[in-house]
Amino acid sequence: MNGFDVIQILFVFFVLILLSPILGAFFNKSLNGKATLFSSIARPFEKLVYRASGIDENEEMNWKQYLKAVLSFNGVGFLFVFFVLLFQKSFPLNPAGLPNLSWHLAFNTAVSFMTNTNWQSYAGESTMSHFSQMVALAGQNFFSAATGIGVLLVLIRAFKNNQSQKLGNFWVDLNRSVVYILLPLSLVWAILLSSQGVLQNLSGPVTVKTLEGKEQIISQGPVASQMAIKQLGTNGGGFFNTNSAHPYENPTPLSNFLELLALLLIPAALTLTFGYMLNKPKEGWILFSAMMIILVLGLSASLWSEYHANSLTANLIPMEGKEVRFGVTNSILWSTFTTAASNGSVNAMHSSLTPIAGGIALLNILFGEIIFGGVGSGLYGMLLYVVLTVFIAGLMVGRTPEYLGKKIEAFDIKMAIIGILTPSFVILFATTYSLVTPSIMSSLMHKGPHGFSEIFYAFSSAAGNNGSAFAGLNANTPILNSLLGVAMAIGRFGVILPVMALAGNISKKKIMPESVGTFKTDNFLFVFLLIAVILIVGALTFFPALSLGPIIEQIMFIQGKTF
Amino acid sequence: MKLIRQSLMIFVVLTVMVCGVYPMAVMGISKILFPYQAQGEMISYKGNLVGSELIAQEFTSDKYFWGRPSAAGYNASASSGSNYSLTNTDFQKAVKERKDKGLDFDLLTTSGSGLDPHMSPQAAFLQVKRVAMARGLSEEVVTSLVTKNIEQRQLGFLGEERVNVLKLNLALENAVHE
Repeated sequence: MNGFDVIQILFVFFVLILLSPILGAFFNKSLNGKATLFSSIARPFEKLVYRASGIDENEEMNWKQYLKAVLSFNGVGFLFVFFVLLFQKSFPLNPAGLPNLSWHLAFNTAVSFMTNTNWQSYAGESTMSHFSQMVALAGQNFFSAATGIGVLLVLIRAFKNNQSQKLGNFWVDLNRSVVYILLPLSLVWAILLSSQGVLQNLSGPVTVKTLEGKEQIISQGPVASQMAIKQLGTNGGGFFNTNSAHPYENPTPLSNFLELLALLLIPAALTLTFGYMLNKPKEGWILFSAMMIILVLGLSASLWSEYHANSLTANLIPMEGKEVRFGVTNSILWSTFTTAASNGSVNAMHSSLTPIAGGIALLNILFGEIIFGGVGSGLYGMLLYVVLTVFIAGLMVGRTPEYLGKKIEAFDIKMAIIGILTPSFVILFATTYSLVTPSIMSSLMHKGPHGFSEIFYAFSSAAGNNGSAFAGLNANTPILNSLLGVAMAIGRFGVILPVMALAGNISKKKIMPESVGTFKTDNFLFVFLLIAVILIVGALTFFPALSLGPIIEQIMFIQGKTF
Repeated sequence: MKLIRQSLMIFVVLTVMVCGVYPMAVMGISKILFPYQAQGEMISYKGNLVGSELIAQEFTSDKYFWGRPSAAGYNASASSGSNYSLTNTDFQKAVKERKDKGLDFDLLTTSGSGLDPHMSPQAAFLQVKRVAMARGLSEEVVTSLVTKNIEQRQLGFLGEERVNVLKLNLALENAVHE
């Protein structure tokens, strides 16, 4: 590492920490219908959507009504994408003449984009028409992120409410998330990215004759508009097979910086929106700090690993699977951010990282995508850990646990535990099942511990709604597409359901006035406890599996052994 | 029923907004402000399209600088990395073969996209002798071409120093024809 590496790392954190409170405050106002400078432009669009879709913006929903709206809207999105992909050939904007998708690939992809996972069993440029990318997939990029914000808002309102069932209106939250947050930010990002060389056209592939006289066919498409929301909405589904390593998705170091920042921007800002909405900004900063500390720990370990060359790295720095314009530091910043943020886009191939760096990427996902995490989903996932931490702390000091003035009781703990453990169960069960299923094992590219990591990473990525991969795995088979599709759906709704039930129960409760006996959650003791609980739960659940994959591989790596 | 109607209606309305109006607006704006970038940074030489500034192409002749090896076979409609683990025997074998050919630095490894248009300055300097000999140019001339084609870190600190292989080879062609 040299001085430039350090400056680049500090710079991205500096900008992130600077913008988070500004955007966090803006989100708070916009999502709650308060006037801002921007609302004079956006409010007419917001109203237009209500009028055109026959929605009363003043109607309030309880948690069950809200949940039904979420499920119904997501169901519509799933069916739309599924059918567009199944009959892609019949739709316009298919200049490369790409065929229809198989049922299992269409199913996998539709679930993937509905659940904000953006796992891709396909190679974008050789599978998806411009119509499928721009209309079917990009739409879900917006809607899945907006769904996450909606569910998060319900949980925040539950803590804010005093004995009430009114938890907001999903249509309003959805509409405002798109019109005030996702769309304007995407527009800015898309234009900045296109200035750097990210494509934006509807052309078919361009054929050129290279300097040596060979033919080269270069894919084109509406990339910039999709890149912007892919990064901002923690989606991660690339236009091209190699995602943001592809020079048309991420052409320059500046485009890389913009995309890197966008990875964490909205999830980071939302932690502060949480504090502002409750009129307790410090509580937001506490969660922000806990997430930041875990992120920096993982980043440090990954950088340490990548900058310790040995006989297997081919060069002084390991450049396999990395791009020259980014180098090691930008690739590792990305691999930790994208797995922390449940984004899953990549600018370097995770399969070719040094074992510890690849293992940290995996571990970030295994913590449950709560280190900033997905848009909305990261914070509601984190709040489940908060509930658990408060409960454990309460047990230790012998007091009734409470958080933000609400008593945490048996039902709440049950919901938190279900939300935390459901994805973990899916990951471990599906990985184990795969290991004894020959038709799945034949999809692996590697033997030995790295092969184990491929399949373990795939199900972690699916159930964690991340979407990145150890991409040697050939996942486009009927059995893997189906299993991964189901894992993604359980990983998403297996958390949303208990979160909504928890919100419904918390919302009904009375806010207790603070007393001397109240366990404070706005100090660094709590940050420490929260981090400890996350690390212990993550480590206890997954240590055996991790030791079969990245840990063994690291030991072999140090000894210079190959397989 | 009301729920499904509302879901469908808001889905349609928002889809028109984010999948129609938004990408078209971006397309219009980038076409006006950044026409070269929006169309893929295509380069013409002697009146023919010879490639994109951003997309690696294969060079095998001694007359040209070679870029990094590609796991995608330089196929610009099927990008791919090797996805090799560093502990993979085949990967180590491939690296050794490249070393035996006299390659070094980032030329030993394939890129993430398989279409990395750049190499490091060291990788370019490594090839000066071979290219100069094949072209009948002095090493000083070729070295100065490389030096001129080094792209600095963006804004002075972002990314890495690098050389665009296609642009360097075009500069080389022009130098020969002068």
